[in-house]
Amino acid sequence: MALSNRQARWLLLGPAGLWYAMLLVLPLAVVLVYSFGERGAAGGYQPAFTLAQYANLATRWTAFKNTLMLAPLGTVAALLIAYPLAYFLAVRVNPRWRTLLLVLVIVPFWTSILIRSYAWIFLLGGRGIPALLADLGLGDWRLINTPFAVLVGIVYGYMPLMFFPIYVSLEKLDRKLLEAASDLGSPPWRSFVQVTLPLSLPGVATGSMLVFILLMGEYLIPQMLGGGKVFFVGNALVDLFLQSRNWAFGSAMSVTLVAVMLVVVTLYMRFLKRIGAAREDVGLM
Amino acid sequence: MAEFIGTTKRYGTVLAADRLNLAIRRGEFLSFLGPSGCGKTTALRMLAGFETPSDGTILIDGVEVGAMPAYRRPVNMVFQNYALFPHLTVAENVAYGLRQRRPRVAREDIATRVARALDMVRLGDFGPRRIWQMSGGQQQRVALARAIVNEPKILLLDEPMAALDAKLRAEMQVELLNLQRQLGITFVLVTHDQQEALSMSDRICLMGKGRIAQIGTPRELYDRPANRYVASFIGRANLLPATVRGVADGRVVVTLASGDQVEVAAAETVPGTAVEIAIRPESLSLSPHPVEGTPSVPAVITNRIFLGEHIEFQLTHPVLGVLQVMVPRQTERMLPGADVGATFHVLWDRGLGQILAED
Repeated sequence: MALSNRQARWLLLGPAGLWYAMLLVLPLAVVLVYSFGERGAAGGYQPAFTLAQYANLATRWTAFKNTLMLAPLGTVAALLIAYPLAYFLAVRVNPRWRTLLLVLVIVPFWTSILIRSYAWIFLLGGRGIPALLADLGLGDWRLINTPFAVLVGIVYGYMPLMFFPIYVSLEKLDRKLLEAASDLGSPPWRSFVQVTLPLSLPGVATGSMLVFILLMGEYLIPQMLGGGKVFFVGNALVDLFLQSRNWAFGSAMSVTLVAVMLVVVTLYMRFLKRIGAAREDVGLM
Repeated sequence: MAEFIGTTKRYGTVLAADRLNLAIRRGEFLSFLGPSGCGKTTALRMLAGFETPSDGTILIDGVEVGAMPAYRRPVNMVFQNYALFPHLTVAENVAYGLRQRRPRVAREDIATRVARALDMVRLGDFGPRRIWQMSGGQQQRVALARAIVNEPKILLLDEPMAALDAKLRAEMQVELLNLQRQLGITFVLVTHDQQEALSMSDRICLMGKGRIAQIGTPRELYDRPANRYVASFIGRANLLPATVRGVADGRVVVTLASGDQVEVAAAETVPGTAVEIAIRPESLSLSPHPVEGTPSVPAVITNRIFLGEHIEFQLTHPVLGVLQVMVPRQTERMLPGADVGATFHVLWDRGLGQILAED
């Protein structure tokens, strides 16, 4: 049976299109509709058209505040740790060791994030690092269930997502460009600032987008390392949908989170365009 | 201008450059020529400062630069694949070197000099363009402008024309020569293309296996190859074993393996020495009959190849093996019957051919 071009196109697009419609567009539409509704008497959702849920958002301000503080902070911290590591592995290290070292970066992530977060509970908990600090006479520290603990957890958990795009952009950097910079009178550190850094910006952009967007919706790490004291919007949502069974309010919160994310991402893209990372020749994402 | 003094580069146990001794003269166009892996690129990279000599040293303008990093040397390079900065415009690429100067060069000064350099390579209007908007030939010019704008003491060219098509390459060669005449800068070119080296250079430094095989003008290398390697690398040559028969007043007569006696170019030798003679295919000629007073060797035509301006004949001689003879198109008309299978006389005019030294 011969397919016309047109038929073939629909057949090829079909699965992805269906996936997109059923699992993204439809749920989003449902959430948007729910957000204008009310909580049913026995919980769940009751049709209505009211802005009451949105008016009520301020009561959940802490969740937004934590998310909007820790997601960008976590992104920046992950960037500051991942960039030097990626630079070292892609540019400096003897290629003979590169594969081994790359594997070492990945191996921890073969274990579930749940298990690794448990490990952090012990590390940051009373008998972990605080006990060590106390033994060294460095004072009394409480780490677990603080914003710091959550920050450590998210940076640790999301660092590879930052690392790999940067690694790839540094790895494909033509070394001849650095020789050219040197030939033209630029000492190594200036070559880094003027050549290496700008050319690795697409990797930085991709990595920070990935990490930031995922962090905005993070649930597990604040749950485990924040111990209910440091919670994200994601935790509030779980609480609203599963505990208080207030689906309408939960939906309004979800819609707000998506809106905030869109605004931040758009601003970030603008910024990148302005500093020149999003040029056609280097390609963004 | 610049001098290699016993300059050696080892990579592990591999000798990439072996005791190079060479003085580059001010304002000359010098080519490092040789097959890949002969050490020519290593020599250039040591001059640029990308490699440090393992032994010996290099002087530029009398200053020892052996361990001086590339960014302090008064030389600039045109890279093989240009190595232009993709995130900068054409003008920003050209300005890059001037912007690195300390104390800083004034902004207006940079702009003027960049514009002048772009004009020189006929890219006057292309300053604001992006590198990826430029064709290969244009990128080559940008690379050239980016180097010459710094007024280097020596301009280094690392196979700059390898990526261009034949026609563009020929144009670029002429342009480079004009540029060199205009600027009076010393040019050092690395190439594996002997035509390029022969047509552009004041002197050629022919390299093989990390060593300098011969340094001289293109004519010297072509007409008086120092050894077998030079003779077979530059142009084509018939290599024939022979014995020196007599040496008198600058005339050398040798006996070929076939027993025929020919006179070759003068050389320091004594009768009885076993030698190898190199003679260019275009130095030999063909005749249907022996010619009075000119030594000749009869041989059977086994191939006749049309090359446009020339016809290449390959003839087989029972003792000497294959002889190549290059006949100009006009002369071919005087050779009726010169077809495969016919026996013709290969004529050896007096004084042509060269005794080769041992490699």
